Amino acid sequence: MKKVRKSLFSATPSVLAIVAGLAAGVIILLISNPARAWEGLLTILRGGWNNDMKGVGQVLYYATPIILTGLSVGFAFKTGMFNIGAAGQLMVGGFVSIYVAVTWTFLPGALHWIVPLVMGMLAGMAWGMLVGIFKAFLNVHEVITSIMLNYIAMYGVNFLVKNSHLYDMLRNQTVNVPAGSMLPKAGLDQIFLIMKGNFRDVSSVNAGIFIAVGVAVVIYILLEKTIFGFELRAVGHNRHASRYAGISEKKAIITSMAIAGALSGIAGATMYLAPASGMHMHVEEVLAAQGFNGIAVALLGLSNPIGIIFTGLFVAHITVGGSYLQSLRYMKEIIDVIIGLIIYFSAFSLLMRDVLRNIRKKQKHAEPEVQGKEEQPV
Amino acid sequence: MSDYIIEMLHITKDFPGIRANDNVTLQLKKGEIHALLGENGAGKSTLMSILFGLYQAEGGEIRKNGQKVHIRNPNDANALGIGMVHQHFKLVHNFTVLENIVLGVETTRHGVLKMDEAREKVMHLSDRYGLSIAPDALISDITVGMQQRVEILKMLYRENDILIFDEPTAVLTPQEIDELMQIMTGLAKEGKSILFITHKLDEIKKVGDRCTVLRKGEYVGTVAVSETSVEEMAEMMVGRKINFTIDKVVAQPGKAGLSVRNLTIAGHHAKKAVSNVSFDVHHGEIVCIAGIDGNGQSELVYALTGLMPLESGKILLHGEDVTADSIRARNEKGLSHIPEDRHQYGLVLDFDLQQNLALKTYFHEPLHKNGFINFGEVRRHAEDLIGSFDIRTAQGPETSARSMSGGNQQKAIIAREIDTHSDVIIAVQPTRGLDVGAMLYIHEQLIKERDAGKAVLLISLELDEVFQLADRILVIYEGQIVAEKDSKDATPQELGLYMAGSKRGEAV
Repeated sequence: MKKVRKSLFSATPSVLAIVAGLAAGVIILLISNPARAWEGLLTILRGGWNNDMKGVGQVLYYATPIILTGLSVGFAFKTGMFNIGAAGQLMVGGFVSIYVAVTWTFLPGALHWIVPLVMGMLAGMAWGMLVGIFKAFLNVHEVITSIMLNYIAMYGVNFLVKNSHLYDMLRNQTVNVPAGSMLPKAGLDQIFLIMKGNFRDVSSVNAGIFIAVGVAVVIYILLEKTIFGFELRAVGHNRHASRYAGISEKKAIITSMAIAGALSGIAGATMYLAPASGMHMHVEEVLAAQGFNGIAVALLGLSNPIGIIFTGLFVAHITVGGSYLQSLRYMKEIIDVIIGLIIYFSAFSLLMRDVLRNIRKKQKHAEPEVQGKEEQPV
Repeated sequence: MSDYIIEMLHITKDFPGIRANDNVTLQLKKGEIHALLGENGAGKSTLMSILFGLYQAEGGEIRKNGQKVHIRNPNDANALGIGMVHQHFKLVHNFTVLENIVLGVETTRHGVLKMDEAREKVMHLSDRYGLSIAPDALISDITVGMQQRVEILKMLYRENDILIFDEPTAVLTPQEIDELMQIMTGLAKEGKSILFITHKLDEIKKVGDRCTVLRKGEYVGTVAVSETSVEEMAEMMVGRKINFTIDKVVAQPGKAGLSVRNLTIAGHHAKKAVSNVSFDVHHGEIVCIAGIDGNGQSELVYALTGLMPLESGKILLHGEDVTADSIRARNEKGLSHIPEDRHQYGLVLDFDLQQNLALKTYFHEPLHKNGFINFGEVRRHAEDLIGSFDIRTAQGPETSARSMSGGNQQKAIIAREIDTHSDVIIAVQPTRGLDVGAMLYIHEQLIKERDAGKAVLLISLELDEVFQLADRILVIYEGQIVAEKDSKDATPQELGLYMAGSKRGEAV
C-alpha cells in the first residue's frame, strides 16, 4: 500500500506536466482560431472516442509501438544511457519482420506471425547492440552512434525495400503482409468497430497491445526483481561503484543496449504485421516518429515500465484526438506541438518539485547546504 | 576604539535537526594569531562560514572595530578586509600563479589587462612576506605548498587584514608546515590578524597567541596559549580526558597475504605513476603506505584491486598470481577494498542501505535464488550488519545511502568489506573527514581484523593515523617506495623528509 502511494506521488510531476502542456495547447488553439478553441480542446481530450469504438481501437493500435519504444528508451535510461536510436532499431526490426512475413510463406499456422515477430526483435537487438559495443569498447558516446545508425537504418531500409519484391510502387510503400502473418486479432475486432448498416468498420487493433503490456511487465520484473536488473541499475546510478564492486560495466552496457534494441524491434514488428488498413513502411526520407515519441513516453513515465504503459496510451490517445482537429479546420501538426509542450513541462515540473522542496526546507530552517565536509549534521 | 578588530558575539546557527553554533563568542585582536580549536563537527567551519558571509546566523552579531556589521555574502566580507584560505584551494588549475592571484580584481585599461602593474605588486608582496612563488608557473605544475602560498597572496593582494586559515596544514609535509608557521608569525608581526582553524594541538602551541575552543557547537572558552598545556586544551576540546593511543598488541606477522613484485603503472605523461614497486603484506600485520597526496597511491591501489591496468609486474594473493584476474575474481579470492572516495566508488548513493550492503555479495545465495533477488534475505543481511557495526540510520535497511552521515556511510562500507570474509584488506584513507568517535571506531576495527590474522594495507596521508595503526611503514614518493621503517623506529620528522623526497623539495 505504501509502495502504491509512493508511486502515485511520484507521478505528480507527470500529471502537472500534462495539465500545463494542455493549457499551453489551448493558448495555441486560441491564437490559431479563437472561435473553436474550446471545441478543439474537447476533441483532443476525447481522443479515440471521437470515432466511437473504432477510434478507441486505433488508440490501442497506435499505443502499441510507442509503449514498446518507450520501454526501449526507459530501459536504457535505467542503465544510464540515452537510446536516441529507437527509430532506427524500429525501422530495421520492422523491415526484417515484413521481409520474413512476405517471403517465408511456408511457415505453418501461428509460426507465420511468431517467426517474423521474433526475427524483427532480433534485428532490432543487433542494431541496438552495435551502439553498446561501440560505447563499451571504443568509448564512443551512444547518442552519436545511435543518431548515425538511425540514418543508416533509414536509407538502408529504403534502398532494400525499393529494390525488392516488398515494394508497392503505386503507393511508394511496402506491400501488404500475407493474412497469416498478421498478428492475431484475439477477439479485439469484435469490440473495437463501428457498425455501418451491415458493414463492419473494424479498427486495426490486434494482439500487439497485449504483447506490449506483457513485455512491460517482463521488463519491470527483469529490472526490479533479478540480480541482472540489480547490476544494470547499479551501473546506471554509479558506474564507478559498480566497477569497483566487480560488475562488468562493458557487459552491462552491451546487454542493456541489446535489450533496448530488441524492444524497439518488436515495436516495428507490431506496427507492420497488421492488416492492409494498418501502417506500412513508406519509402521516404523520414525517421519513424514512433522512435522519438518513445523518448516522450519514457520521460513522461519516468522510465518506470508500468508507468510507460499508461503514458504510451495517453500519448496515443491525444495523438488520435489531434488527428480529428482537422475537421475543425485546425492544422493537425498542432497536436505534435502540444505533445512537445507536455514533454517540455515534464522536465520543468521535475525542476519545480526540487524548487518547492527547497523552499519548504528553507522555511523550516536555513538551507542545510553544507560547506566543506566538516560540519555535516551527524 | 575597541580592543578587537573582529568580534562575533553570541552567534547561534541552526540547521535542520542540529544546532551548529550555540551562543558562540569569538574576539580577534589586531595582530594576533587566534586559534579556533574543536573536533570535526564542533562548529568551526560553520562559524567561519558565517564570518565569511556564506551563512547567516539566526542570533548574535558581528562587529568590526566595535561597529556592528552585516555580512550577507563573501563580497561583503571582502570589503571588510576578511579573506580566507579554504581547506580545498579555490584555484584555476590551467591558469598561472599570477593570473590566479589577480582573478576577479584585475587591473585593466580600456578593457585590456595590465598585468605588469599586478606583477609588480605581487612580487613586492611575495618579497615582503617571504612567500616565494613562481609567478608564471601553472597551478597544476606547482606543489601543494606553493598553491597554499598563492592562496595567501590572493588575500594579501586584495589587501585583506583579517586572514582565516581553514585547516591549512592538512595537506602539507612536516617541513612545509614549519614554513607555514613562520609565514603566519611573520604576517601577524606585520599587523595582520589571523584566525587559525585546526584540531592539531602542537601547531597551536607553536604559533597561537590565544585559543577559542568549541565543542558540539557550544563555546567552551578562550585561553591564552602560553598559559595552557596541550593536555588542558585537549580536555577542553573533547570534554573528557582522552587517550590518544589505541592499545595494540605486538603484531604477529604470518605468511604473506598480498605480494607486489616490480609493479609499474603508466602515468599521465611520460612519467610513470608507479615504478618498480615491490612489497609484501603479511597476515596479522598492518602495513601503511605514507606519502603526500598524488605520489602514486591512488594508482597503486587501483592496480592492486583491478580498477586500472598495470604496465608490468605481478600481484600475488596468498602466493597465487592474480595479475590478470578481473575485479570480481580478486574479490572472490579474498581481497577487500575500502576505497578512498566513498561517494564515487564506495556506494551507489541512489540505492538504499540494504542494496549497498549487498553490493559485493548479491550474486551469492541466499541473497538470490535462481537469479531473482531474495529481498527477505537482503534485508536480514543488512539488519545483521547494521547491528554488529553500529550503523546509525533513520529508516533501517531502507535508508537511502545519500541521506546518511559520512561516518555512517563509511561504517557501512567497512561492514560490507569485512563481511565478505576476505583476508586481505586494502583501506585507503578510511577516516577522511570523520569525527574522532567514528575514527577511533574504524581504527579499532582495523586492528581487530589484523589480530584476527588478516593482512591489512593502509594508505594514509595523515601521519597521526600512520603511527596509530601501522606495524610497518613504507613511504611512497613520486611513485617509488623510498623508505621502509618499523613503526617503532620511525619519527614523523624522518618520514617527512622521505615524503618530500629525502630533502626539502625546492619550490618548483
